[in-house]
Amino acid sequence: MTLVYPRESLSAFSGHLAPEYKSSIKRAPSKPLIIAPHTLSELTGPVYGHETVQPGDADLTKQHKGEPLGERIIVHGRVLDEDGKPVANTLVEVWQANAAGRYVHVVDQHPAPLDPNFTGAGRTVTDAEGRYQFLTVKPGAYPWGNHDNAWRPAHIHLSLFGHSFLSRLVTQMYFPGDPLIPYDPIYRSIPEGSRERLMSSFDLDATVPNWALGYRFDIVLRGREQTPMGL
Amino acid sequence: MAGITPSQTVGPFFAPALTPGKDYAWHQPIGNDLITPDASGQRIRLEGRVFDGDGAPVNDSMIEIWQADAAGRYAHPADKQRPNAKFTGFGRVGTDAEGRFSFSTIKPGAVAGPDGKPQAPHILVAVFARGLPRHAYTRIYFSDEAGNSTDPILALVPPDRRGTLIAQREEKYGGLAYVFDIRLQGENETVFFDV
Repeated sequence: MTLVYPRESLSAFSGHLAPEYKSSIKRAPSKPLIIAPHTLSELTGPVYGHETVQPGDADLTKQHKGEPLGERIIVHGRVLDEDGKPVANTLVEVWQANAAGRYVHVVDQHPAPLDPNFTGAGRTVTDAEGRYQFLTVKPGAYPWGNHDNAWRPAHIHLSLFGHSFLSRLVTQMYFPGDPLIPYDPIYRSIPEGSRERLMSSFDLDATVPNWALGYRFDIVLRGREQTPMGL
Repeated sequence: MAGITPSQTVGPFFAPALTPGKDYAWHQPIGNDLITPDASGQRIRLEGRVFDGDGAPVNDSMIEIWQADAAGRYAHPADKQRPNAKFTGFGRVGTDAEGRFSFSTIKPGAVAGPDGKPQAPHILVAVFARGLPRHAYTRIYFSDEAGNSTDPILALVPPDRRGTLIAQREEKYGGLAYVFDIRLQGENETVFFDV
């Protein structure tokens, strides 16, 4: 399938520079971007399907001998294109802090405990309806050095491919009602009106009694079907 | 229709999930060695460093590349000439403490461009990093390709900045290497595209 990628859809994104987010100041490209047409190079992209994923990759609670500590949650949703059509058989990668707000990454020195039963990495592939699901624990908030008393709201990082190199997306999903969200410069870098799309919703229907809370997060990737001229 | 989901920074802690290598206990289906035994073409090493606006190495970025095979074919349904090998054309690597990255791959062939005009051999690049709310797109061209002078995308770039998109050929490691540094900001800033 060859789709078109309206440039105006990108108005939902932050620019490269987000001054409140200090790390962007010395890293954001400062010269004008070159507007380029979408050639075959951009309209194709890597295709990763079921062969990429091993059984159990979508269950972050069973990658070690014991179960991780924390609030067990189910994170699920659909991956769609801009026409609302499901993006089937596409790779979804996730990573997150543990319930105490600590990543296994060696650079993370937040004095909160590591959990020997939690790596915080997962992978799955969407089904024919674009659905994905992970079982994990709710990540904790953690401090960072952006400004005085800065804390990241609880979030899960997601990485998706979609139909082409132009639909590639790395993003973060947040939890409803988190009091840290209004203070977070990373969340606030997104224009109002589209930042709300990064909020998951509590999903009682996906909640499994006596087991785990459900959260839903739908994702819309770039790409629409080509509309013939004049329609 | 619903608007697209906004991008957010990859942050500093992606490695355990996206580029675990030998450092983290997690299998890695996507890496920086793109060469498959059945792939034909010139084997090359692609290497460089990533720098910020102060010229300091960026030690926590992730570089992804997407390219055609040696005959200019993409491993994707939209390209009707599919590769005849297992070569996928996609790679991913994290930069090290000195901001270095490298890929082992095949030099791509020319591919079709706008209006049927060929594009010079090139590789698409996505740069992800802490500090980048969205990834930055650029392209790698090759210093030994005559087709660069007629490439329709390079032609869109001011002449004095085109050099930032050209990987320099070097014979080393007993083979062929191309060196491509990425300067996110400042003097000699790499050209990035709005696509």
